[in-house]
Amino acid sequence: MTRRLNFVDAFLWAFRLMVVAVVVWGTVGTLRLGRYTGEQWMDFVVFGLAQGGIYALIALGYTMVYGILRMINFAHGEVFMSGAYTAYFVAAPLAASGFLNRHPILSLLLLVAVAAAVSLGVAVLVERVAYRPLRRAPRLVPLITAIGASFFLQYAFRGLYGSGFKAYPEFELFKGEWQVLGVGILRTQAVVLVSAAVLMFALYQFVMRTKVGKAMRAVSEDKDAAALMGIDVDRIIVLTFAIGGAAAGAAGILYALVFKQVHFFMGFVPGIKAFTSAVLGGIGNIPGAMLGGLFLGVVESVGPALFLDGLGIRAPYQLKDVIAFTMLVMVLIFRPQGILGERLAAKRA
Amino acid sequence: MSKAKTIWAVLVGLVVAVTSWAATYAAPVRMGPVTDDWGVVRVARGQPILIAYWLVVAGPDASLGVDSRRGIEIAIDDKKTVAGHRVRLIGEDSGCNAEGGTTAATKLAANRQIVAAIGSSCSSEAVPGAPILCKAGIVTVSPSNTAPKLTDPKRGPEYACYLRTAHNDLVQGRAAAQFAYHVLGVRRAATVHDGSPYAEGLANVFADVFKRLGGTITSQEAVSPTDTDMRPMLTRIAAGRPQLIYYPIFIAAGGHITRQAKEVAGLEKVTLMSADGTFSPDFWKAAGEAARGMYHSSPDLSVEALGTKYQQFLDKHQKKYGEKPLSAFHAHAYDAAMMIFTAIEKVAKKDAQGNTYIGRKALRDALFATRNFPGITGNLTCNPHGDCADPKIAVYQTMSADPAKWNPGTDPKKVWAMKR
Amino acid sequence: MWRVGLVFGAVACFLSLAGLVEALHARWVVDGWVSAGQVLLGSLLVGAGAVSARRARTPGVGRIGAGLVAGATAGATLGLLVWLSRQVDLRSVFVNASPTLLQLLSAGRAPDEAWLGWTLLGIVLGGLGAGAAAAPRRAVGPLATGLGTAVGLALFQELVLLVLQPEGLAPVRDWLFVAGGGPTVQGAAVVFAVATGGASVWQAVRARPSRVAVLPPRVARAVWVGVGLAALAALPVAGGPFVAQVLVIVGLYTLMGLGLNLEVGLAGLLDLGFVAFFAIGAYTVGLLTSVGEHGIAHWSFWAAVPVAVLVSLVAGVVLGIPVLGIRGDYLAIATLGFGEIVRLLVLSDALRPWVGGSQGVLAIPKPVLAGFEFSGPQHLYYLTVVASAVVAFVAWRLQDSRLGRAWMAIREDEDVAEALGINLVSVKLLAYGLGAAFAGMGGAIFAVMVGSVFPHSFQLLISIQVVALIIVGGMGSIPGVLVGSLILIGLPELLREFGEFRFLVYGVALVAMMLLRPEGLLPAAAQRRELRALEEGAEPVAVAAQEAVVEGGL
Repeated sequence: MTRRLNFVDAFLWAFRLMVVAVVVWGTVGTLRLGRYTGEQWMDFVVFGLAQGGIYALIALGYTMVYGILRMINFAHGEVFMSGAYTAYFVAAPLAASGFLNRHPILSLLLLVAVAAAVSLGVAVLVERVAYRPLRRAPRLVPLITAIGASFFLQYAFRGLYGSGFKAYPEFELFKGEWQVLGVGILRTQAVVLVSAAVLMFALYQFVMRTKVGKAMRAVSEDKDAAALMGIDVDRIIVLTFAIGGAAAGAAGILYALVFKQVHFFMGFVPGIKAFTSAVLGGIGNIPGAMLGGLFLGVVESVGPALFLDGLGIRAPYQLKDVIAFTMLVMVLIFRPQGILGERLAAKRA
Repeated sequence: MSKAKTIWAVLVGLVVAVTSWAATYAAPVRMGPVTDDWGVVRVARGQPILIAYWLVVAGPDASLGVDSRRGIEIAIDDKKTVAGHRVRLIGEDSGCNAEGGTTAATKLAANRQIVAAIGSSCSSEAVPGAPILCKAGIVTVSPSNTAPKLTDPKRGPEYACYLRTAHNDLVQGRAAAQFAYHVLGVRRAATVHDGSPYAEGLANVFADVFKRLGGTITSQEAVSPTDTDMRPMLTRIAAGRPQLIYYPIFIAAGGHITRQAKEVAGLEKVTLMSADGTFSPDFWKAAGEAARGMYHSSPDLSVEALGTKYQQFLDKHQKKYGEKPLSAFHAHAYDAAMMIFTAIEKVAKKDAQGNTYIGRKALRDALFATRNFPGITGNLTCNPHGDCADPKIAVYQTMSADPAKWNPGTDPKKVWAMKR
Repeated sequence: MWRVGLVFGAVACFLSLAGLVEALHARWVVDGWVSAGQVLLGSLLVGAGAVSARRARTPGVGRIGAGLVAGATAGATLGLLVWLSRQVDLRSVFVNASPTLLQLLSAGRAPDEAWLGWTLLGIVLGGLGAGAAAAPRRAVGPLATGLGTAVGLALFQELVLLVLQPEGLAPVRDWLFVAGGGPTVQGAAVVFAVATGGASVWQAVRARPSRVAVLPPRVARAVWVGVGLAALAALPVAGGPFVAQVLVIVGLYTLMGLGLNLEVGLAGLLDLGFVAFFAIGAYTVGLLTSVGEHGIAHWSFWAAVPVAVLVSLVAGVVLGIPVLGIRGDYLAIATLGFGEIVRLLVLSDALRPWVGGSQGVLAIPKPVLAGFEFSGPQHLYYLTVVASAVVAFVAWRLQDSRLGRAWMAIREDEDVAEALGINLVSVKLLAYGLGAAFAGMGGAIFAVMVGSVFPHSFQLLISIQVVALIIVGGMGSIPGVLVGSLILIGLPELLREFGEFRFLVYGVALVAMMLLRPEGLLPAAAQRRELRALEEGAEPVAVAAQEAVVEGGL
């Protein structure tokens, strides 16, 4: 085997060296140029973490479903969109009546509840209609179904709410920034990061400590054995979709808090980024999804400035996705199970 | 075996028959009293004249195409009859991309009854689509294509049927740069485009003119239209310490940039400026209060520049559709339609029974011969390469950023008009 | 029973609010009498009756009763929507709850009357549906075909009108269609009758083949092939340039599908970045032949195509090496990343001096052969057919070769295949390379079809569509690729005037296809075997190992 792989090995080594060389050369170049102050580098990192927090939240749902069903739920981005978009119709009247700014925390929680409920509903509906009948089908069939569901949801919401976008109202409480350790971080970004961490922690505890969580891990390990143990597999699967959906809905509100615009196509790109994050961190792994999301966010934010700039490349931020995907491939080549590697259930000896 | 042979013979015969029948598809070169190199359209008495549009009427950019289509519809209402015939409008969605333009143009080109076309909306559609229409002899006038290369003298004979009533971006970019340099006194600027041919072209024109005037372009950035987090890119711009950022992109990305620019360290005092792609109340919705004080370069749509004709148009628009125009090119579409109607009336010939015949090349020549045509957007004169616009570019400043108060000229306030 | 009705009613409400009913209402099925929107709502009510009757456990009259109840519930739900929209302004949330829609749904009557009307209509149509479900298949089938054809005439009206354009066919046109409107009463009626009749005859023939045997089977097959070839040759000419254009696009997707079929269908390597190779082929031809500013050589199309295919092949191998060790869904996202990387690179400002950036590569001349210019879609269509035929032949031979069997072994189980002595590296790289080469061929034709190459033409969506079409057509099956392409690419292009609803229906169709017929429309024999075995409850691992052995050639 080693003999035949010689050429491939050499190529992969060359590839690895090339990427490292590009990174190093670029970084040296950038630092020599001295274009950015230390403060600005901190800004890059903070922006990246904040964006990564959003990816992480959406990735949580992806990773949970994958852990149980081994399927890429392409429609997850649309689940995210549905909650955020629908909650707008609650946010607008709240803002108009002034309630939003009189009781901001309460309003925020209300919006999160609405979005989570809608996303949960959509996720469960999709599971019931499109995925459940295909549990035993070969891998690609649920993938196509998921793609079909994704298209359908996008255009269904387009039909219902129109093709324009809606702008979320401003929360007075979250305007401006906080100073943390001498670094200015936008309040909205701080909220996102804290919420992501809290949610991840809660989910992790839920999966690891509670009985239902144990059942979920069992189903992810071996569906049939779990059924033999008396676990209602269908119910657990629905529950997984529900929780993943609710997390996505919450992520939607946080996204809307930061970016304000919601429209029917908003879930597509974050869905892909979230999937990338989940894979980066080790799909099926909850802390992995969080880590992958943050990592991806930081790479997208810091990368173009760090090394593309030094290479003299024009408009480096146009290539930020190139960096992100190259890094993904690197991670997958050299650590195929992702950064944190293990699956949802794995407690291997 | 003979049965099979018979069947084969029948099939071959069918193919031959169909092929020869389809060969009669060639556009007639002489019909009735008209002889024309590009073909002739016959409109029977009592039948409507068929005008087609190929605009982006579906998808996220639909407001641009729908706005233009409404301009055409109002023109049809106003004109009532052309050469004694009613006018019927049909059309295709062109999707604001190359294949959409190709498919829409092909579908229109296949319909021999179409006399003239209006479109496209986006320049990327026209680049492949216009030659298809020209090959079918269908003349097309665009209300909103602004890419310079479409009317470039070196554009090639396959665009011989293409004209436009919209301005050339060379003009808009220059106007914006002149405003920034002379009026605002800015000496350092940065540009951002979104990878679309329109935005990239316009940003480059701005940069070239700005540099020629003596200013410095600190950086030229690019984003993707679906990007949401602009802050890292803005931080990079901030490192160059520009005084103005020109981002002639579309509403979604433009909204994000506007909101986030003020949040980036180093850009708190920077002046923001965009172009006609974001000149819409929807942009104020997207950008919120951050849009206050920013500038837009756009066709001059104030009643003061365009006169009472435009006010009448606005009134008709309000009455027919119940809202203000959605984008910036409705008046250009109106003028395009009127230009076409006038040209049709010039070249149409009737026969004894009252049927009308229109020569395609004659129609094209008549359009290119338009001189001082009194349109809403100004006096239209077509140059030999298809530019008919009387470009009036103005710069507007956003006052309240309240979408309910959108009124081009007042708020956003017109602060400068291009000298011609 | 009423639950079924509720679901159908909810679907009807959803479709109304999503704007589909209003959009279809603009299309007459019988001019002045019945619109497509009304047919849609009506068929939902009939469907409610049929489904609930099918599910009812009490036979005979009980079935009809179930249908009536379901229909009534469905109708009542819709009526409820009408009533609700009169009380509350739904338009601020649901943009399509416009006065026009309400007008349509309530036929201008007061909300209470409308509600009653819908319920009654629901009862009637539900009963009809139940009757149809109870009636023998032989009778209902042809009737349904007839109705479907009449509706199809309405939906494809523009296409039919385009085909009937020549002066000589004016009488047919005027008889079939009202000028500027929909099908005439007699037109629709005759089409319905002919289709129903044809379907009944077809059914009778299929039931008793021996009775109607006119030709020995070999000759019959030759006849079918002949008809197929004749249709293939004559279609673009008869249908006009628009149909030819659509067929060219179908052909290009078929080329891509044949390539991806090697990777996904045969070798089981899920590649979601396939559009990258299409782009590479297009850009290669563009750069080599363009007479504009980015052309690096002014070669002819015929010289550039082999180069494009070769470059794509090399690209496929180069992009395949890093992902050799990655499996399954990880491979999907990695290849997706590659597809996006290629697109972003050709779009970028950084590479603009070489590949044109967002302005693209322009002024690509049409192919010229011995003085004849392939200027129109019809000519390109024939070129595409020839290219597809060549590629399909290559794919077919590959499928039956040792390499093809090695691919199928890998698909079933990589480890078992390796144990059988198959060199994973070279086999996988060949799959990537050859698949990419086919896509590059498609890209080459695309470049000359559009005359310019823009990076915006190479979105992720295209890769997804190619994956969808080979699965819907039948994975691993060559005729399946063509069928999938015709249905998933050709139909939406022909129905372009329905704009955004295309994708809504597309999504539903994908889901429905996978639920009803996951092996695809024309599956390869292996897939059918495997799915049959899985359905019978065999262990996936055992099935896979068995297939690996069978395909590996032992």
